[in-house]
Amino acid sequence: MSAVQRLRSNIGAVCALAIIVALISLALVGPLFNPNNIESLDWAHVAAEPGLIGAHWFGTDRLGRDLFARTLEGTRVSLAVGLAASAISLGVGIIYGAVAGYVGGRTDHLMMRFIEVLSGLPLIFFVIFLTVIFGRSQYLLFLTIGAVGWLTMARIVRGQTLSIRQREFIEAAVASGAGSARIIFKHVIPNLLGPVIVYATLTVPQIILFESFLSFLGLGVQEPHSSLGTLIAEGAGEMEAAPWILVVPGSFLALLLLCMNILGDGLRDALDVKER
Amino acid sequence: MLLMSRSGRLTPALAVEKLGVQFPQPTGTIFAVREASLSVQAAECVGIVGESGSGKTQIFMAAMGLLAAAARTDGSVRFEGREILGSPPAELNRIRGSKLTMVFQDPMTSLTPHLRIGTQLAEVLVSHSQMSWHDAERAALRILERVRVPEPRRRLRQYPHELSGGMRQRVMIGMSLLCEPSLLIADEPTTALDMTVQAHIIDLFRAMREESRMAIVLISHDLGVVAGLADRIIVMYGGRVVESGRARHILQRAEHPYTAELLKCVPDLKGPRLDRMPSLAGQAPSPSSIERGWAFAPRCPRADARCRVERPLLREFPAAAHQVACHFPLSS
Repeated sequence: MSAVQRLRSNIGAVCALAIIVALISLALVGPLFNPNNIESLDWAHVAAEPGLIGAHWFGTDRLGRDLFARTLEGTRVSLAVGLAASAISLGVGIIYGAVAGYVGGRTDHLMMRFIEVLSGLPLIFFVIFLTVIFGRSQYLLFLTIGAVGWLTMARIVRGQTLSIRQREFIEAAVASGAGSARIIFKHVIPNLLGPVIVYATLTVPQIILFESFLSFLGLGVQEPHSSLGTLIAEGAGEMEAAPWILVVPGSFLALLLLCMNILGDGLRDALDVKER
Repeated sequence: MLLMSRSGRLTPALAVEKLGVQFPQPTGTIFAVREASLSVQAAECVGIVGESGSGKTQIFMAAMGLLAAAARTDGSVRFEGREILGSPPAELNRIRGSKLTMVFQDPMTSLTPHLRIGTQLAEVLVSHSQMSWHDAERAALRILERVRVPEPRRRLRQYPHELSGGMRQRVMIGMSLLCEPSLLIADEPTTALDMTVQAHIIDLFRAMREESRMAIVLISHDLGVVAGLADRIIVMYGGRVVESGRARHILQRAEHPYTAELLKCVPDLKGPRLDRMPSLAGQAPSPSSIERGWAFAPRCPRADARCRVERPLLREFPAAAHQVACHFPLSS
């Protein structure tokens, strides 16, 4: 049975994938059907309840901005941060970990100590520091989160590489005259993809959560743009008077994270093949 | 032999001189190979025979630069006259895989699982002879035909797990032949295969020998495998060469008691039926111990007090081209 077939037979993972796809397409095409945009203030309906009044399907916030439009934008931004930062951490982490694991010896030792030093730095301090120096921007957010996210990936990849390096086909590749770079990129890294994909699907929700946390603290995405985190922060202030301002983006975030975690688990089961 | 190599006409394909391989361990150094000397002439097939742990594989791992990082070596290994022992990987990569190739014991694990057979074969040519991928794949197809893989065109598109063990070993042999090597080292190429497939692979080696002028080193613990192929046989014990000579002489008139004992262990279908599998009494010497006297003495039926204190040196006996390390060779 192939990995795809195994994934298909996992109903939970298929549902999770369907919901993720639905959420992403909603975030992408939803604004086309919405007469309201993220910035316009509707003074007639401030903190309106969800309903059909003024086409504010999810209600409005305390400035009268349409919550549907803002939540969709927040979802887009959160996903973009999650994917971009994961891609950075994936790229850096795989290469760093594979080189450390394959070369071994003193190089490995130094590379891993460097990771330990970095992971010893307080993350929040690191992010605040960079934001203060470079100013706030979405791209900086991708970079900073990616820059701290690759540490765990590098460790995982190194561990896998250490075990792959012992396999006989690596020795055969060395004996056939392949250089270290060729072996790392052609014979080692493709063999790591199983565990890496699984870890990556679990990294995306982690990073989204971290971005939300930063935005909640006011370090992330800035007005008038929104991410799920800023929306939740806003909603938390109005929790008693207008709970929907918190509930709508909160449930989007919760649903997204839940589905991504279930999908990640499903992928791990599907790709974790004992005999290959 | 030395004289011939100086003349420049008959440089051996591989010349190993006083090679030592040690593995320092916290509990004491392990001596895998001790002062081993041997040579392989161009276009010659040499069988290396010995028990597990006799150091037969380690000699060639040292030559290929495949020893574990902790290993220490001394002595010399020359390939086509050039010293290769301890050369940097970049230099070794120019010859290994092209002029000097190796086939490993277990074909089930020696192919990279996620790459198609065609890709793995072509990669060798692309990296060694700067061939284009297109040409390299055509050459890969030809080599699969040469090693008698059925339906070669289909195999190129398949992954290693879709092939049987015997087929994979043919692919490995094909891969080692791609660049027309001058020396092929086959490390127990049939041990992981079942009997009928073994016979096919040995036939294949015989055919390869006739088709090209490369030298072959066949490492095996099984004299039966080596007997049909080798021109010369070298017998190893405890990291040392104990006997070497023409295959015919070794098989019919072995001089070393150890070789004679090994020959008794080869089952003979024509001979009388034995109740027990013959086996060698005693245990192989521990590679970690310091040698005191001759390591084979405790197991040798002919040993006397001298063997226990004095290790015999390799000497020519009873004629040139036959060397034996024994105080009391069988015909003396």
